[in-house]
Amino acid sequence: MSTITHREAAGGGLWSRMSLGQKQVIWAWGFLAVPILFYVVIRFWPTFQAFYLSVTDWTITKPASFVGLENYKRLLEDPLFWQVFRNTFLYLILGTPISLLISFVVAYYLDRVRFMHSFIRALYFLPFLTTAAAMAWVWRWFYQPVPIGVINDILSSFGIPQQPFLRSTSQALPAVLAPAVWAGLGFQIIIFLAGLRAIPVTYYEAARIDGLSEGAILRKITLPLLKPTLVFLVVFSSIGFLRIFDQVYNINTNDPGGPLNSTKPLVLMIYQTAFSSYEMGYAAAQTVVLFMILLVISLVQLRLMRDR
Amino acid sequence: MKAAASIPVLAMPKVRPGRIIAWTLLFIGGIIMVTPLLFMLSTSLKDASQVYDLRVIPEAPTLDNYIEILGDGRFTRWLINSTIVAVIVTLSNVFFDSLVGYTLAKFRFRGRYIVFIAILSTLMIPTEMLVLPWYLMASQFGWLDSYWGIMFPGMMTAFGTFLMKQFFEGVPDDFLEAARIDGLNEFTIWWKIAMPLVTPALSALAIFTFLGNWTAFFWPLIVTTSAELYTLPVGLSSFAVEQSIQWEKIMTGASIATLPTLIIFLFLQRYIVRGVMLAGLKG
Repeated sequence: MSTITHREAAGGGLWSRMSLGQKQVIWAWGFLAVPILFYVVIRFWPTFQAFYLSVTDWTITKPASFVGLENYKRLLEDPLFWQVFRNTFLYLILGTPISLLISFVVAYYLDRVRFMHSFIRALYFLPFLTTAAAMAWVWRWFYQPVPIGVINDILSSFGIPQQPFLRSTSQALPAVLAPAVWAGLGFQIIIFLAGLRAIPVTYYEAARIDGLSEGAILRKITLPLLKPTLVFLVVFSSIGFLRIFDQVYNINTNDPGGPLNSTKPLVLMIYQTAFSSYEMGYAAAQTVVLFMILLVISLVQLRLMRDR
Repeated sequence: MKAAASIPVLAMPKVRPGRIIAWTLLFIGGIIMVTPLLFMLSTSLKDASQVYDLRVIPEAPTLDNYIEILGDGRFTRWLINSTIVAVIVTLSNVFFDSLVGYTLAKFRFRGRYIVFIAILSTLMIPTEMLVLPWYLMASQFGWLDSYWGIMFPGMMTAFGTFLMKQFFEGVPDDFLEAARIDGLNEFTIWWKIAMPLVTPALSALAIFTFLGNWTAFFWPLIVTTSAELYTLPVGLSSFAVEQSIQWEKIMTGASIATLPTLIIFLFLQRYIVRGVMLAGLKG
């Protein structure tokens, strides 16, 4: 607001002689001034700095000096990195198809349901509104052994032996993934519902008149027309699973990353390298690797959208 | 919406048993979805002796956990911190993202396209990559451990700007021209004429920004070091570690962190669902 009064006071004569177009240009840059400053200082400058830091040996105590690709070399030779890389991709490869399959099936049938539609939709949507850090504790409690753990309690009532869940190197990762999938379903269902509603009814009517079965309608009309929604959700949830942190950090606070690092994702490794070992330069190199992975996924998305 | 209204006409003639089975399965699935929330709430209403009794309806419900936890002052502080942070960041996004989105959608000037592409390109950059430079910046400027330190990275977002630009493009130019002829200045035209025309988009943006900041964990964990400045998720995490196995206390803390958004949802369900659809389709 202050820029406006200032401009009017100072340039009264000049301002009134300007054309409407010229005034518009000044207004536009006036509106953009603070945002441009923000994007330069808080987005662009830090982006370049992250690349720069990744080729230095910066730690909290020691000023940064250039070390070339040393950090990247170290990362590729670090067995922990490959373990973390594997975990991160497991979150992605398990999480994305499982959550999309469940949410599509739910949305597909929910779309046809009229009775208590918005109530049922709300049941599925509520977990999306929860705080991941809080819900990780609820799930951590579920996974406890009997008598406190709900899941093991249910299993034992069916005579199934106790499961170690978070204490086991093979079960810990799926156990951490479950709350992440659970919390994301509601969002995906809503987006699928919106996509399904956008398909014109006339297409379905024509298909029914032609005597296509429900399965054929699904394969030949619904799924192809849902492709943009599907691509959006695949990318959105892939990025979410690649950046998983809150759940992993909270579900195992005494040993973040699980037994033998079996649940540790890349973002947790970055956090620990930067804020437990204070090797900021090394951590910066890890963030650049994360950026590269996300960039590849975004480019694949653009490609898929163009093929449409 | 039109499409949804005409489906029942096709489906009405007979209620097939398949429909009833589908409905029942959907309903059971929905109940399973909220089970973790039900257990969380029910355990928060139990005392230490009842925790091992896994019935969902507590035998002797008590608010003692809430009284104790809220009485100790830390949670109240964290609630206030989270509210301040989420509200200010939301207001900032609603103001700046729509101002920039409007400017890029409705003004013709050289450099417009470059500014748009530059802002859009920041969507490619994950927060995690910026966190270390932000941390460095915050420590140099003395922003560590302050509200501003928690808030500054999110004051504007490319996502919000893009969303608002899409919606402002749908506002007819005639409206704005008419206001110009009436002698209104450009700021007033934006604020008084254009903004009221995009309220659904504004509410979608506000909901997303508020929820994102209310549940944010990674950056607040890094930037805050003293317990007085923790946001609710960070505070809850440190509280839960210190409670070790007192699950009824941890569940009470988790309920306090979760209930505000759930209660808001109950009142604004229609707007929130519509907002998510809008943002998902246009964003």
